[in-house]
Amino acid sequence: MKQTRWQMDPLGDAAVIIEFGHEIGLDVLANVQRALRALEQEPVTGIIEYVPSYTTLAVYYDMEAWADHRQPSIPPYEAICMYLERRLSAVFQSSSDSQRLEPSITRIPVCYGGEYGPDLDEVASYHRISAADVIQIHSGTLYTIYALGFAPGFPYLGGMPESIAVPRRDTPRLRIPAGSVGIAGKQTGIYPLDTPGGWQLIGRTPLRLFRPEQHPPVLLESGGQVQFYPITPAEYEQWREQ
Amino acid sequence: MSIQIEKPGMLTTVQDEGRQGYARYGISTNGAMDGLAHTLANWLVGNDAAEATLEVTWSGLSAHVLENSWIAVTGGNLEPWLDDQPLPMWRPVYVQKGSRISFRKVITGCRAYIAIAGGWQMESVLGSYSTYLRAGIGGWAGRALQQGDVLYSRFEHAINAAELEQISEKATDSALEPIDTMVEDWTDAPSDQSNIAANTGKEDRTNATSSLPASSRNTFENSVVASETTTLPSPVRWRVSSHILPHYSDEVTIRIVAGRQWEDFEQSSQQLFLEQAYRVTPQSDRMGYRLAGEPLQLKQSTSYLSEAVTHGTIQVPVDGQPIILMADRQTLGGYAKIAHVIRMDLPLLAQLAPGATVRFRRIELDEAQRIYVEWTHELKLLRRMIQLRLSALGLRVQKNG
Repeated sequence: MKQTRWQMDPLGDAAVIIEFGHEIGLDVLANVQRALRALEQEPVTGIIEYVPSYTTLAVYYDMEAWADHRQPSIPPYEAICMYLERRLSAVFQSSSDSQRLEPSITRIPVCYGGEYGPDLDEVASYHRISAADVIQIHSGTLYTIYALGFAPGFPYLGGMPESIAVPRRDTPRLRIPAGSVGIAGKQTGIYPLDTPGGWQLIGRTPLRLFRPEQHPPVLLESGGQVQFYPITPAEYEQWREQ
Repeated sequence: MSIQIEKPGMLTTVQDEGRQGYARYGISTNGAMDGLAHTLANWLVGNDAAEATLEVTWSGLSAHVLENSWIAVTGGNLEPWLDDQPLPMWRPVYVQKGSRISFRKVITGCRAYIAIAGGWQMESVLGSYSTYLRAGIGGWAGRALQQGDVLYSRFEHAINAAELEQISEKATDSALEPIDTMVEDWTDAPSDQSNIAANTGKEDRTNATSSLPASSRNTFENSVVASETTTLPSPVRWRVSSHILPHYSDEVTIRIVAGRQWEDFEQSSQQLFLEQAYRVTPQSDRMGYRLAGEPLQLKQSTSYLSEAVTHGTIQVPVDGQPIILMADRQTLGGYAKIAHVIRMDLPLLAQLAPGATVRFRRIELDEAQRIYVEWTHELKLLRRMIQLRLSALGLRVQKNG
């Protein structure tokens, strides 16, 4: 079994960033997620929150809580790094890969084309395939959620086939409705809020990615997987009414 | 205990210490840009720092006081007035029904904070009162304040108006007695209104110190100052000393610690970053400050994976012009992080308006942390002193935080 390694760096004077690798990959992502879950299981005063991303896990802390007044020579940063080292060593020593959690798959209904995805035909003609082919390729892929960011609940998805990759629009739209599914370069994503944006829009989901009244307040979580499936405009409208 | 917005000014939002615990979902932290001014405004009316305050940006806000209230205004000096008199900052002020609070002109800084005794009555969304403008949640209906909005204090339920009248009368007597020197006492009555106006600005320190008996000057370099207020509606004779407050200016030096990609920049760029004076551009807001200067260069063009950022992170996009991430920043960033502003200096940064100039000075992480931890101890002491003063006024004090 390959030994998991990590490196810690300060992120300003009140956060630590733990890096588990330099390249995007499922193994690195799994380690980030495993570290996150393990650290969360043992809540500690003085840790404000954790923010995972592709290869890193950031730990925001309360400087004062980690200042040791009996040993002022140990700065808060070193104190929290010692704690994190100890915890991570225990986590990654004790368990093997077999304990890796199966990522949860969220199925997302998408009404492709038409007013819901005004750029679908453009994406198709860019690759000289049919709109149906684009839909099939887009919905026939299992995507990994590497991180949430940019907007509340916005997933950074990995795994989109290059056969439907397209450049951003030259002129961004002033308002893209929430739920719009788009492609920009080799990325696909879903807009959680009405925002301006330059992605090529191929469809729209009736699901709400950001729902502040619920817990968790977002539909998707990093480390999970997403699969899109096509629905008709009638189904979309019916879904919205529910 | 309520006020009605007559004119919202450039931008007035409800803020608190920020929406913590949700950054992993891509939800911005928000919160007061100048966290220190926010905290002190709350403390000065007996609130916990966790209560909401109104963040007033630039000038133009005016509001009618619908019921008698204790309020405190802190932060940048946007020339607050109470009817036709200057409203003193950094101390509790008793405002009476029918009066009008207005912010007339930017003197120093660009953001002021208004706290009300008991805290502003707001619904907490995702654990915070802060307004998340981009997502349209939190604060007042998820938006900036508008004309006609009526904001209430939660104190209403705890204390009635008659009680408050008594308190304000009692305050007249008790405030005459000096208690400590972290709050400064003024013994000279300002001769006229213009003097009072001067006292609310930069000149505070000089005026206040010179009027203090020498014996009381050395104990704690005066963190709360006293003011003569016979011509003002409130009998409070002290305020937080400008000795311990950041010196808001439109020309500041901000201390930074190196970022994870500091070494990825050309040595000449590292030097340039620390030597040149940057200008804060008009494309600066609660999300971030865009700076303009000689462009910085990476040793080689690299693309970085998005990772977490924090309040004060300084990112450098391809154009070489740094962006400082502020309260409404996105949770992740994908540009090279050359540095981070130390927590201690965030309030100074928060008060910079477009056109201001900023220089950076690099310090080591352990020094940044020592400075901040010592500062939090000083603040605790200050809070105790304020609390003593407030109990002397008869103002109720919340217990925690």
